[in-house]
Amino acid sequence: MEELDAEPPLTVVPGADPSARQLCFAWGPAEVLVCETLFGSRGTGEGGPSSSRLFVVRRDQDIYIQTLRKLFNESHGIFIGLQRSEEELAGKSRKAQLVQVSKNYRSVIRACMEDMHQAAISTRDPALHSQYSTQVSILSAMELIWNLCEILFVEAAAAGPLLLRLLDWVRLHVCDVDNMVREVLSSENPSKHELFWNVVDIFVLQGRMDEARHLLSKEASANPTSVNMYKILDDLMKKMPVPSLGNTQTLTEMELKWQHWHEECQRYLQDGTFASNSHMESICKILLGDEDAILEKKELMTTWYHFLVTRLLYSHPTVKPMELRFYAQSSMDLFLGGESGPEPLDTILMAAFEFEMHQVIKECSIALSNWWFVAHLTDLLDHCKLLQSHNLYFGSNMREFLLLEYASGLFSHHSLWQLGVDYFDHCPEYGRVYLELHIERIPLNTEQKALKVLRICEQRQMHEQVRSICKIMAMKALRNNRLGSALSWSIRAKDAAFATLISDRFLKDYCERGCFSDLDLIDNLGPSMLLSDRLTFLGKYREFHRLYGEKRFSEAAKLLLMLMTAHIAPCSFWMTLLTDALPLLEQKEDDDVETMKVEMLRLALARNLARVIVKEGTLEGS
Amino acid sequence: MEDVCAKFVSQKISKARWRPLPVAALQPPDVFATGSWDNEDNRISIWSVGDLGSVGLNGEYQGEPQLLCDIRHNGDVMDMQFLDQERIVVASSTGAVTVFRHHQNNQTLSANQRWEKAHYHVDQDTSCGGAACTGVICNNPEIVTVGEDGRINLFRADQKDAVRTIDNADSSTLHAVTFLRTTEILTVNSIGQLKIWDLRQQRNEPSQIFSLTGDRVPLHCVDRHPNQQHIVATGGQDGMLSIWDIRQGTMPVSLLNAHEAEMWEVHFHPSSPDHLFTCSEDGSLWHWDTSTDISEKPSFLHQGGRSTTYLSHNTINQSVVSAWLSNDPTKDRMEITNLIPNQTLSVNTLDILGPCLVYGTDAEAIYVNRQLLA
Repeated sequence: MEELDAEPPLTVVPGADPSARQLCFAWGPAEVLVCETLFGSRGTGEGGPSSSRLFVVRRDQDIYIQTLRKLFNESHGIFIGLQRSEEELAGKSRKAQLVQVSKNYRSVIRACMEDMHQAAISTRDPALHSQYSTQVSILSAMELIWNLCEILFVEAAAAGPLLLRLLDWVRLHVCDVDNMVREVLSSENPSKHELFWNVVDIFVLQGRMDEARHLLSKEASANPTSVNMYKILDDLMKKMPVPSLGNTQTLTEMELKWQHWHEECQRYLQDGTFASNSHMESICKILLGDEDAILEKKELMTTWYHFLVTRLLYSHPTVKPMELRFYAQSSMDLFLGGESGPEPLDTILMAAFEFEMHQVIKECSIALSNWWFVAHLTDLLDHCKLLQSHNLYFGSNMREFLLLEYASGLFSHHSLWQLGVDYFDHCPEYGRVYLELHIERIPLNTEQKALKVLRICEQRQMHEQVRSICKIMAMKALRNNRLGSALSWSIRAKDAAFATLISDRFLKDYCERGCFSDLDLIDNLGPSMLLSDRLTFLGKYREFHRLYGEKRFSEAAKLLLMLMTAHIAPCSFWMTLLTDALPLLEQKEDDDVETMKVEMLRLALARNLARVIVKEGTLEGS
Repeated sequence: MEDVCAKFVSQKISKARWRPLPVAALQPPDVFATGSWDNEDNRISIWSVGDLGSVGLNGEYQGEPQLLCDIRHNGDVMDMQFLDQERIVVASSTGAVTVFRHHQNNQTLSANQRWEKAHYHVDQDTSCGGAACTGVICNNPEIVTVGEDGRINLFRADQKDAVRTIDNADSSTLHAVTFLRTTEILTVNSIGQLKIWDLRQQRNEPSQIFSLTGDRVPLHCVDRHPNQQHIVATGGQDGMLSIWDIRQGTMPVSLLNAHEAEMWEVHFHPSSPDHLFTCSEDGSLWHWDTSTDISEKPSFLHQGGRSTTYLSHNTINQSVVSAWLSNDPTKDRMEITNLIPNQTLSVNTLDILGPCLVYGTDAEAIYVNRQLLA
């Protein structure tokens, strides 16, 4: 048994009072049932005969939020597409394909976040509002983590492009700059706005040089005295070397240029060029990668990972992926400064920077309440061939374990079970047996639902489940006196025994009433008649009646004889058959019929004789 | 494919229907209704589709369906049909049939009338005796419903009791119903039979019974050719499309191997009946196109003015008839297109009116294509 790494969280079941009554519990597929027993807390029958209450404790409430259903459905489509995508594509095109899949997942998360936000602001119920708002922040965190994993693991950005991707990541996710920018730009005198320098600073911190320069030019035009300073700073910002995405320069070239530029900035700072303007001086220090200067802008950056990326931008733009961990750890320490411990999100991001994929997945599993995120992310990483076959102690690998958990959770939902089927399909080891167990427990309230479940079972050759479902539906139909429906279900399952049961019902009805019910069924059995002997007999017997009714006596007689000789008539029916034979025997027809009558008589007598012998024989023997 | 607009709606869609257009309308339909299933809280929703391509106030793509209103529905929505511009008749899995009214002035839905126990098993008074109502068809003010209890009901809107009920009309489940003529209906059942019922006659027997050859595969849907009333199309549990000529014989004229699983709905295009649409549990939606190229017609049909055009139109109709009824569908070219590129879960429903197609899936999404036959 593995050790616990975290204390299990305590869940209080509101209304359940163990001091009043002893409680018992049972595990379900995705929930726990807690029930009050008759016994009091001291083990005697003090609880009294009052009614017991049943509590259903669910870990994952999220699955019932309407808006999240879109996430589950859309991501299901992406998941299936990924499983079906060609494995033959190798190298760059495969990687591009996987990056696209990752982007698709992220856009689905963002769309869901948008909808959830809309739901939060449009609801009047404060409890719902808080639930939706929480969900928005959870989704936002998920997208943040996923995006980082995409950069580091799926795309596996190399030194150079790595920094550019991280800059994009920070610009997209961390701190909302746009509102501030809009406020400043829309004012009459932007350079005099109190937030002006904040905006310039944040642009610089995020490496958005053009936008920073554009704003600075406004300051320059408003303040002619600082034109010289501005020109120099502007020039420095323009010349700053950045890694390129294409192959236009090698890393070494870039590093050389950067070193050169860094020294130039250093010179200007030491010469005191910006001494008269503290804002510009601080910007120059930031450009030089001065940690203290950058840390001063803590409030603007809001998070340690923004600080990390800014640090890298200005001190080590050609950082290699494997070097990230050192910078990440020190950034977090410097930023948090020992004031507060890391939040779960911080731990997860740190694990990502350290390239500890398994740790990321584990932390996310603990922090999030349902398996959606980890199941899909792990599946994607598995497709990138990044997860070693890390076998868990109970046999399946991590990807499969997470998918099984997620799909099982779907099956506990009254409607989302259909999605779960496809997830089980792509779990090679245990998927099938999980599916077999879950699919039997789906309530079948209409025939159409039963047909859908049946189709799922048939497509996967789950014969036992097919038989069982058809039997249940056939029994239901039989109980409701819908013999045609019952027969239809038996035909689907090729269930001869049930077809026999149904035919017996018909024959019984006939014996009681003297006429057939549901002629439209019996007259039109077609090849399904051959499903069981009894059914064939029923069909043929009805045909006999029809022939007789049409006065085609010779054919009727031939048929009756055949029925008697073919051994498909049930013993209980022999009397009826013989009685049917009587009027035929009294017919005055041609010789053909005469011979037949004689045959019938002989046969009937012989049978009767045989039965008598057997009966007497048995009595004597007993 | 680019003209298809998808929207995820957090409910599995069992039925989608375009609101019928007023008689003299020129523009394409822009409002449709959907019904959901398999939810604890099923809903009937009315959606509006604006102009394609234009962008709304918030920058959202205007072509996306916008929810106008919805209302709770008890039980799964098994079938749905517009009675007129404002009223929708809905068949429920509880055995109830409800008429909802869409109030367009304040965009709300209300339940106008309900027949609570339209379909039931054995005993009407036992509480759990409800049987699902599986099909409903309207011809204002008449409403015909069929169900899992093998019963056929004829209702009249605004009349409390059923005008006529045929108990035990069928020993198996009736899956769908449609009007053949104003006084005759067609039903299909779960033992592969197509039956014609004459509602003028008082006897509770079908006037004609047709069966499939071979295995009695259950039939799930039926539709009649809009102009040629003797041509009927049905879809079966094995995904087979059968075309019947009810003037002759008791067996289908052609059997077309179509889908890999149950065919849920079949529709002739109401104004261009040489187009047929089917959707299935296997996740595909097929467009069957038997319209042949004009250039292939003999040259004498192209000469002259209007009268010849009329003539050629007539002849085209005739050749179309033969296309559906021909024994060799490959001879008269039939183009079959799957309209869904990446199929996943079942397409439960489709509806077509003018150039507009709407379909709904078990993946909780609605798709609208407003430039189908362009």
